[in-house]
Amino acid sequence: MTNILDKNIQNALFNYILGLGDDRLILGHRLSEWCGHAHILEEDIALGNIGLDLIGQASAYLSLAAEVENKNRTEDDLAYFRNEYEFKNFQLVEQPNIDFAYTIVRQFFFDVYEGIFLEELAKSKFEQMAGIAKKSIKENIYHTRHSRNWILRLGDGTEESHVKTQTAINDLWKFTGEIFSENENDNILINENFAPDLKPLKSKWNEIIKSVLNEATLEMPENIGFSSGSRSGIHTEHLGHLLAEMQIVARSFPGAKW
Amino acid sequence: MNDEGRLWEVFTQSKQGAPHEHAGNVHAADAEMALQNARDVYSRRGEAVSIWVVPSDQIFATSPSDEGPFFDPSNNKAYRHPQFYSVPKGVRGI
Repeated sequence: MTNILDKNIQNALFNYILGLGDDRLILGHRLSEWCGHAHILEEDIALGNIGLDLIGQASAYLSLAAEVENKNRTEDDLAYFRNEYEFKNFQLVEQPNIDFAYTIVRQFFFDVYEGIFLEELAKSKFEQMAGIAKKSIKENIYHTRHSRNWILRLGDGTEESHVKTQTAINDLWKFTGEIFSENENDNILINENFAPDLKPLKSKWNEIIKSVLNEATLEMPENIGFSSGSRSGIHTEHLGHLLAEMQIVARSFPGAKW
Repeated sequence: MNDEGRLWEVFTQSKQGAPHEHAGNVHAADAEMALQNARDVYSRRGEAVSIWVVPSDQIFATSPSDEGPFFDPSNNKAYRHPQFYSVPKGVRGI
């Protein structure tokens, strides 16, 4: 399929799939940072488990991206040998863990987006990409259940958990605008029915977030000053530090096997 | 209850029709979270098709001192054991 694609579409598809892979790789890595630090063993395992699901999905998207690019790069080359400005993940997923509330809010925002997005991506005319989406739907339902359960309990829990969760929501809100934005690259694929049109999905996301936050006695922030640009390589200061840690082994010992 | 939440006993069923067997325990603040934790700790590689969680303090158990009165008497009376029948061929699961 990939060798009969028009050059423009091939390039757009590569960038698009790279973005999908990067979102899950970076978020998965953030969750892996919790290993050994969660408040109970059970949650330590849960976060690691969700992180592994995401890294598994990242691996599938990045190998497909490498195949579409057709320049002899592998998924590992894409994960470990690109620099910050070449990463296309949402700014939301690179935000640091800070505390458990931040981690859960970041995850909840992403999980709800992912649930809505996957359903549409699974209809893509580009079958290999649709296949990965279909495979991730079940995992996402579980992830959403986990993060939603925690939002309800943290928001409607103690005064301290409520304040910490509301703070995380307020701080992370500015990164939720760009997850439904579209650029030139996306438009090429939307026209080909390769990628879903995200515009109609934003209101669905807002509705779900609003109803869960209400139930959790939390406030939905106002929509002002959204940050954007991640799909063109613009990131917050946190991504560089994350990459330094994630990539150091692969870069210090290129080609090492274990 | 301590900072880690209540303790729950976990029972997992490996396939439909099989009994739920005790797998271990987890900490959680409530039943829903206990199920979630149990899934992650005891079934994250697909070991179970169904999970029960029960608050550990709701389980009433025999104590070691009950061993004599509770369990001994049943062992020394041969007539309590159905060992005088031969099991027909083709009967399985006994």
